[in-house]
Amino acid sequence: MADLRTNFLGVKSPNPFWLASAPPTDRKVNVERAFRAGWGGVVWKTLGEAGPPIVNVSGARYGAIHGPDRRLIALNNIELITDRDLEINLQEIKEVKRAWRDRALIVSLMVPCDEDSWKAILARVEETDCDGVELNFGCPHGMSERGMGSAVGQVPEYVEMVARWCKAHTRMPVIVKLTPNITDIKNPARAAKNGGADAVSLINTINSIMAIDLDSMTPDVAIDGKGTHGGMCGPAVKPIALAMVAEIARDRECAGLPISAIGGITTWRDAAEFIALGAGTAQVCTAAMTYGFKIVEEMISGLSSFMDAKGYARIDDFRGRAVPSITDWQNLNLNFVVKAEIDQDLCIKCGRCHIVCEDTSHQAIFAHVNGKRRFVVNDAECVGCNLCALVCPVEGCITLVHKTAGVDPRTGLDYARPAANWTTHPNNPSVQKAAE
Amino acid sequence: MTIAAHPPGLSDVAPGRLDEASVSVNFADLHPPLARHEAKVEAERCYFCFDAPCQKACPTSIDIPLFIRQIAADNRYGAARTIFDANIMGGMCARVCPTETLCEEACVREAAEGKPVTIGLLQRYATDPAIAAGKSPYARGAPTGRRAAIVGAGPAGLACAHALAIAGIESTIFEAHPKAGGLNEYGIAAYKAIDGFAAKEAAFILSIGGIEVRYGAALGRDVKFDDLRRDYDAVFLGTGLGATNKLGLAREGELENVVDAVDYIARLRQAEDLTKLPVGRRVVVIGGGMTAIDIAVQSKKLGAQNVTIVYRRGADKMKASRFERELAQTSGVVIRTWARPVSLEGHGDALSGVVFEDTHERDGVLASPGSVFRIEADMLFTAIGQRGALDALDGAPIDVKDGRIVVDAERRTSLEGVWAGGDCVLGGEDLTVSAVEDGKQAARSIAAALGVARI
Repeated sequence: MADLRTNFLGVKSPNPFWLASAPPTDRKVNVERAFRAGWGGVVWKTLGEAGPPIVNVSGARYGAIHGPDRRLIALNNIELITDRDLEINLQEIKEVKRAWRDRALIVSLMVPCDEDSWKAILARVEETDCDGVELNFGCPHGMSERGMGSAVGQVPEYVEMVARWCKAHTRMPVIVKLTPNITDIKNPARAAKNGGADAVSLINTINSIMAIDLDSMTPDVAIDGKGTHGGMCGPAVKPIALAMVAEIARDRECAGLPISAIGGITTWRDAAEFIALGAGTAQVCTAAMTYGFKIVEEMISGLSSFMDAKGYARIDDFRGRAVPSITDWQNLNLNFVVKAEIDQDLCIKCGRCHIVCEDTSHQAIFAHVNGKRRFVVNDAECVGCNLCALVCPVEGCITLVHKTAGVDPRTGLDYARPAANWTTHPNNPSVQKAAE
Repeated sequence: MTIAAHPPGLSDVAPGRLDEASVSVNFADLHPPLARHEAKVEAERCYFCFDAPCQKACPTSIDIPLFIRQIAADNRYGAARTIFDANIMGGMCARVCPTETLCEEACVREAAEGKPVTIGLLQRYATDPAIAAGKSPYARGAPTGRRAAIVGAGPAGLACAHALAIAGIESTIFEAHPKAGGLNEYGIAAYKAIDGFAAKEAAFILSIGGIEVRYGAALGRDVKFDDLRRDYDAVFLGTGLGATNKLGLAREGELENVVDAVDYIARLRQAEDLTKLPVGRRVVVIGGGMTAIDIAVQSKKLGAQNVTIVYRRGADKMKASRFERELAQTSGVVIRTWARPVSLEGHGDALSGVVFEDTHERDGVLASPGSVFRIEADMLFTAIGQRGALDALDGAPIDVKDGRIVVDAERRTSLEGVWAGGDCVLGGEDLTVSAVEDGKQAARSIAAALGVARI
């Protein structure tokens, strides 16, 4: 049985599955329910500064995209940080940590961008004996209009500055939560590291309007006839999160910076993928908000089975294993040739591979052979793009086969050629220039 | 459900075997309609195939992938239009088409997993609101001054008339019965088109305008074929089939409770109160087609205790599809194959039993080894096919084969200015959907022949 125990910045948890700072972690009752369900840790919903409580809308605060059969593909929200009294939150955090010593309890924070505000809140949070803090530089709605959340996260200089203040005013580990609503995620990550942050967590939610209601001609959902962009999360954002985590994981300047991954993690596999990209923990929100806390049982069991099957005894045994495989386009082997191949026994003859190739790609799939409906790849046109395999409704029916012997009828070149990439390609202007 | 006991005499044929509530449950919708969510989920199962096999399998070539995608995208009206563009009787076809041998058999999901997209149910989902609204979504074409006579207001005739109306060709339909719809109204099983759907659909089609229906006007009796040819620019024959085949057994015409299934179903379809319709306690049905299944199942639903279909060959030769046969069997009907009737037995004037001989096939010829058996029966339904009804053509020089009118691909008969379609033509499949296609093709041909813009 694989050992799922995690040590992230010295914070230990029985498994890498943490609930992200979000509505599920806003109060003791929820957090204790989560711990009873088996979650390894929790990032407590973002606390603000002392004073009058935050006011949320009383209208709908969540929107969604559904797939067939109402499967939730993505969620968005316009909820602000906790709207409960700071003292109540602090008291509850203290009680929960005392009762659940073996679980990770991180507290998310967002206060105005001045040193005193951060100093003040950190002092109060330290009293709870929680395991660390996460700086919410990510929320793209509401608080950002007040100069907090993503308004900070989008300016690397602010990120570095606040991280530095926090490290100066607390002994607790500091995690900086990044917003994806930025051109290059490496910049705020580097800034966090330069400011002394112990880790980054990402991604926060993505700016989004989920739909327009064509009857009311307002965003869907609207409040009294008006709506605003919210922050999107859920399965749909996972690829974006993977890309951003990968960017940081392979960035030399960020080397060694621990990552807590967030973004559409719904099953053990999603979590394992982020871990393969170097993440130390996997934070989850939408999946819990879709199915309830019990889903962690599947995550624990699935990750454990996977690790057993692969012979990984500990999470660190495969953490970061996929990072070396991620590179720039220019380093891809241009002499590596694949061709699509259709398994005729599995083919159900829907013809989608043919029509998408015909209409939108390379006209490389025949629809008829000897007058009969039969879908066969034309190697003389196939560039191995993978579109046919992706649209095929039958898993495993179309595969990309690596060609190693013979001549590519499309290019007239040998399949077996030494690896070569753009950096040395004769068509590359900089190569030409160097040759001159 | 309780089966009322009717003890008098040996022959037990009586109404009210079941109470009203049971009959009402029995004759409810065979396939309840899909709700919006179900329809959308089912629609998402469609792969939107290239050159879709389902569309090719549809006699009217409905663009099935497109209408299903329209359902998935919440465009129910657009889906209905896609269907009606190809088949104005898409509502009835959704209910009565043997989809398991047409579109759904061709569905790639049938090959993949044995669970085709339920195209028929989706088609019904798409078309129901449009038909309930009662108004054809098509505009009648500007009158061209051309007129067509249509004989028979069945699926072929109605489809032809509707397409002609779009082209601006007025038509007069001569219908022998008091209602339009043909077998939709008088023939198909009641539980396939509940709540007067056939009449609603006919009204929906006729609402386009430019179509006059003369009810109670039978060709040959009330209107002469030659007069139609003289008075109209085109004639379309959609007369359906006429006389039913007989067993050819002694006392067939004399014994009480030996009943033609087609006649009985017509009575059943028009009955206002099914509990008043007499049915036998022990029922035997002879035949292997849809009519045999329909009469057997409906007898059972009316409260018959034992219903046996006897067919002279194997189940694979029955014209009723496997789905229909299974429907009969799950309704409690026993299907006996490889037997044919040799004599009818009576008690007094009434039927008391049927004697069958076993059959087998030798070199494609049906033979009997000589063994016989008897089935007790209070009522015998014959459902062994119908012949063409061509007497009304007054001996016009029109090519006929096997009692059916010969037509070409455009549904032209050998007689100039005369088109035909539906069950009365040779080579048809005796399906509503084929009749609709015939009417549609004939209308195109008529419009072209009359120099009216293509439709």
